Amino acid sequence: MKGTQTIQKKTKKTETTERISGSEAVIKCLLAEGVDILYGYPGGAIMPVYDELYKYQDKIHHVLTRHEQGATHSAQGYARISGKVGVCMATSGPGATNLITGIADAQIDSTPMVCITGQVGSHLLGSDAFQETDIVGISTPVTKWNIQVTKASQIPEAFAKAFYIAKSGRPGPVLIDITKDAQFEEFDFKYEKCKGIRSYKPVPNTDKNALKTAAELINNAKKPMVVWGQGVILGKAEEAFKAVIEKAGLPSAWTILGASAIPSKHPLNVGMVGMHGNYAPNVLTNQCDVLIAIGMRFDDRVTGSLNTYAKQAKVIHFDIDPAEIDKNVKTDVAVLGDAKESLKSLLPLLNANSHTNWHQNFKDLYQIEYDKVIKNELHPTKEGLTMAEVLKEINTQTKGEAAIVSDVGQHQMIACRYADFNTTKSNITSGGLGTMGFALPAAIGAKMAAPEREVVAIIGDGGYQMTIQELGTIFQQKVPVKIVVLNNEFLGMVRQWQQLFFDKRYASTEMVNPDFVAIAKGYSIDAQKVTTRENLKDAVKGMIDCKGPYFLEVRVEKEGNVFPMIPTGASVSDIRLE
Amino acid sequence: MNQEEKQLYTISIYTENNIGLLNRISAIFQRRHINVESLNTSPSEIEGVSKFTILIRMSEVNVKKIIGQIEKQVEVIKAYYHTEDETIYQESCMFKIKSDLLFNERQIQNIIKESNARIVTVNKAFFVIEKSGKKEEIDLLHRELTVFGIMQFTRSGRIAVTKDEMKISTMLAELQH
Repeated sequence: MKGTQTIQKKTKKTETTERISGSEAVIKCLLAEGVDILYGYPGGAIMPVYDELYKYQDKIHHVLTRHEQGATHSAQGYARISGKVGVCMATSGPGATNLITGIADAQIDSTPMVCITGQVGSHLLGSDAFQETDIVGISTPVTKWNIQVTKASQIPEAFAKAFYIAKSGRPGPVLIDITKDAQFEEFDFKYEKCKGIRSYKPVPNTDKNALKTAAELINNAKKPMVVWGQGVILGKAEEAFKAVIEKAGLPSAWTILGASAIPSKHPLNVGMVGMHGNYAPNVLTNQCDVLIAIGMRFDDRVTGSLNTYAKQAKVIHFDIDPAEIDKNVKTDVAVLGDAKESLKSLLPLLNANSHTNWHQNFKDLYQIEYDKVIKNELHPTKEGLTMAEVLKEINTQTKGEAAIVSDVGQHQMIACRYADFNTTKSNITSGGLGTMGFALPAAIGAKMAAPEREVVAIIGDGGYQMTIQELGTIFQQKVPVKIVVLNNEFLGMVRQWQQLFFDKRYASTEMVNPDFVAIAKGYSIDAQKVTTRENLKDAVKGMIDCKGPYFLEVRVEKEGNVFPMIPTGASVSDIRLE
Repeated sequence: MNQEEKQLYTISIYTENNIGLLNRISAIFQRRHINVESLNTSPSEIEGVSKFTILIRMSEVNVKKIIGQIEKQVEVIKAYYHTEDETIYQESCMFKIKSDLLFNERQIQNIIKESNARIVTVNKAFFVIEKSGKKEEIDLLHRELTVFGIMQFTRSGRIAVTKDEMKISTMLAELQH
């Protein structure tokens, strides 16, 4: 490893040298990076580090999840609600491979995470030893950076770089694989935080001319529209963003991961774009004259067919990652750099405006969506409970202050569409990878990182059973999360597609479910089931009022569909209301 | 040249010397079904900095996106792409041929002479010739020698330098401060 030369000499000593083992060094590195909680699962190749954790248990809280995948999602939930780096740990072989789903999820959703894996002794590498797997090779395509450490002396630098890389620039997951002999080996430890790596420029320079051109385009626009993404949240740019859209009077729509950066009820918030987004912003994407994309990446679920996406508009793209520029949508002006800094510099260049007539278009289309879709979802006249009315009740009982952790599927779209978000970092969901099973463990991490916040997990009956074992973690750690399972006895989103595009051939989407309430009670978690509208309010209230963890199952309409919907490959403006 | 039209590009990547990086870079091509025509890694003009030279056939629109993905890797210092006109490039090849032929087939000696190939070694059983040049020259030599029978043949990946100055050294010097 030639890494030593890559760190610039601008580092500052934080501790003096002391002779310790590699595994103790791991704990000291974590403490030096301010880690207070980590999620993991022990096993042979990581036991020396666990032995040190035992000694340091007053300083660092290890949460034993019930599966390594749960550890990654908990670390993600922790990172997403706090903005800090989530940390998880596993042993070699199957422990390490079980992390991969969460790592891939963190990579595509730009979540800062450090994963530590044990590895067989370095003399056994490549020998197909017990629980040996090439986790560095396997994790390469889904990590921002990874490294195998075979000597204790490499540990401090590996950790310093790992934390620096995970949280700087566009955040992402990193993995450190440590051979067992490196954990045992003693060396002279000292820790220096990483301040820079010569081959890595986390934040590109912002071109002042690009900013000026962007401002001119916005000032001259008659029908401007903003689509913002998680970049606004990751860049802590919420206030700068709000100032920009308020000054220039810009109608602003969000991608699923951008949700909650500004409150749902903000007058300039025109809703969600994309496949199950709101009618107005999708339709008007193809009518605006300037499209201002901020910290988003034009995912196919957002754009629909690229051949017909915003072709009439000049496109301005603000992003921290140069590789996103022109990747999917050709931009007219690219503003690289940190979102907060860029937006702050943009603000004085903008003219005050209100675009009242243009706004009316959004209001008119919202009214159409309300009449055709939203009204029936929130105030149904049919017997069966809708998912949206459950969300509405949660909004009421939590006054829109809850962090909503959703899983993947119909309930996720409903949660994002109908939850009230008053606070930033309140929508925690698996956007890019669409990982079923994400919500329950992510809610654990979120609640532990932000104990003062109400954390409500909204999960379908399918995804819930993918990581249901984490009820054990909730029980053992006494994490007061609120779990709502919206049970329609179907893999609902797939069933919806089967209904619409596969002539109702419901192949393997019907679920015969266990007694969820009994399972929760088996873990000593208070639980109840609601099947009727008249009991919904009290049930939700009971859940929110409960001091400890709570499980609420709501039987919803079996064959409800999520609308509006842009069929795959269709244009955003061909969004269907029914 | 139309941005959508496919053509040969030489990609030069300056990187830290790291074991895992080859894997990371090849994954970028593999994931997008881009066939790598040739790949060479070597030290560069800068001490401690490695250089990848990769030959690919694709459109300029896509090569730009690939450069973005490559530069995104933490240990990549800088990546460039060049057209055929912008580089001086060479490949190298070796042929192992039965020694009898060298004396029995006069034509072989002429081929070696005319192609500017070099005899590396000769023994009783076989002789080895080496040639550096452009792909077409090597292809021609291969065709000419195939007639007589080749015991072994191998060809290296392309290596290339640019006609214009590479700003990488000054860029690195700035990064150091």
